Amino acid sequence: MGQYIADGIILGATLSLGAIGLTLTFNILRFANFAHGELLTFGAYFGLALAGPLAFGPNIGSLTFGWGFLLVLVLAAVLTAGLAVLIDFIVFRVLRRSDVAVALVIASFGASLMLRNVVVFIWGPQPEYYSRAIAIAKPILPGVRVTSDEIFVVVLAAVLMVALHLFLTRTRLGKAMRAVSDNALLAQVTGVNVTNVIRMVWVVGGTLAAIGGVFYGLTVQMIPTMGFTLILPMFAAAILGGIGSVYGAVLGGMVIGLAESMSVMWIDPGYKPAVAFALMFLILLILPSGILGERA
Amino acid sequence: MSELALSVEDVVAGYVPGVDILRGVALEVRPGEIVTVLGPNGAGKSTLIKVVAGLLRVRSGALKLFGKDISNLPAHRMVGEGVGYVPQTNNVFPKMSVEENLELGAYVRTREIRRGLEQVYVTFPDLQRLRRQAAGRLSGGQRQMVAIGRALMLQPRLMLLDEPSAGLSPLLVGHVFDKIREVREIGVTILIVEQNAKAALAISDRGYVLAEGKDQVSGPAQELLENPEVGELYLGARKGLA
Repeated sequence: MGQYIADGIILGATLSLGAIGLTLTFNILRFANFAHGELLTFGAYFGLALAGPLAFGPNIGSLTFGWGFLLVLVLAAVLTAGLAVLIDFIVFRVLRRSDVAVALVIASFGASLMLRNVVVFIWGPQPEYYSRAIAIAKPILPGVRVTSDEIFVVVLAAVLMVALHLFLTRTRLGKAMRAVSDNALLAQVTGVNVTNVIRMVWVVGGTLAAIGGVFYGLTVQMIPTMGFTLILPMFAAAILGGIGSVYGAVLGGMVIGLAESMSVMWIDPGYKPAVAFALMFLILLILPSGILGERA
Repeated sequence: MSELALSVEDVVAGYVPGVDILRGVALEVRPGEIVTVLGPNGAGKSTLIKVVAGLLRVRSGALKLFGKDISNLPAHRMVGEGVGYVPQTNNVFPKMSVEENLELGAYVRTREIRRGLEQVYVTFPDLQRLRRQAAGRLSGGQRQMVAIGRALMLQPRLMLLDEPSAGLSPLLVGHVFDKIREVREIGVTILIVEQNAKAALAISDRGYVLAEGKDQVSGPAQELLENPEVGELYLGARKGLA
């Protein structure tokens, strides 16, 4: 039981980071971005490309990577944020001008497919790992064993979420983002440059997605379809928490992570992905605005 | 003649290409004045205020703010010129606190936030008490105060109010207009568009009546209140709609 909870929290960390970006794009740009999963994939593979050249220093403690990996994380985030801004510039910016709301969603499907295949083209379809070193799981509680990498992932995810909270509540740009998400027209007549805010949404979403992707690569593995498998639980997390709510996305990510992981106690692991759907379905039936969502 | 705070010169504007809502509106607001634009539904009042706020393009004609041509500046740049706009509806950030709403009003002049907040709390003491509340949970009257307070945070040279009385009880309407008068006393020039002619003209210096996309009658507020032609234009057209 304890082990499943621990595993759920670790998966939840990745899902939460991804769901934050989804919920932000949904709330500020008003569309469900199916290509968001590929931002996690690209984040992970950018990390893979950089991990070799930047593998300096001995491993930190019992982690499977050295200090250079922190730089890898930062650069992967920067590259992914850049990619997100670029995709917006090439694809979504143009379509935002049309009145066909569904065009953005369909375009995001297309972008997703294209990006996934770019990953296959560059890195190949086989699974990849940052390190072949075997991470040793140590007991932290009776019956609960986790690796140092996993602890690193959960702690850093928590730090990032606190940082995001501070960004959104304490900084001028963060407040502007919340203002646009709350009432875009009013934000505009208050002097907020909405174009800058949109760019920032991609930067924040891309950064968190990249780190979520690297975390997944670190704790599970990397494959070109990883983003595609993660997008649905991430949507479930965003909807569960209340679409548009950043805190809801964090909470939703944790709930979905825990539910998927704990479900193996009762059902065949093959059905794990169905758990996210079942939960999403239930939430939409009982509480359509999500746990922390605003009622219309 | 002294410089005008705002001059709207034969402005033509509309939403859909080829369909003009404003068909040559001309009006002037002098510094320190409260000017009200009246008119029946569909006369173009809200369109006019959106043009001045930079939300809608000027197709022909010009807008001048203290002599400077501001025609077709985008909305977020109008704010930089000192134009504070209070929309009719959805005029607060519902999930943000009252104080955050006010702070956003000073988005383009962040150095003045402290002083601005003090000033707003003097004008609207209730808002200080409510400052931690989410604006979406306030009553209609309180929201209107937040909206006006937010625009005041800019220390605007010109404040635009779109139907400040809309949806408020008669008692609250009086209160809101009293507050608008107080805002003018701080030194803000004010342009209001309103359907509630009596309440708005009572605090205004001058007024314009807009009908069919043009300014039809103008004059001192008191005169407009007594002018039978206004009643005809305004109420007549209203009856026609009903």
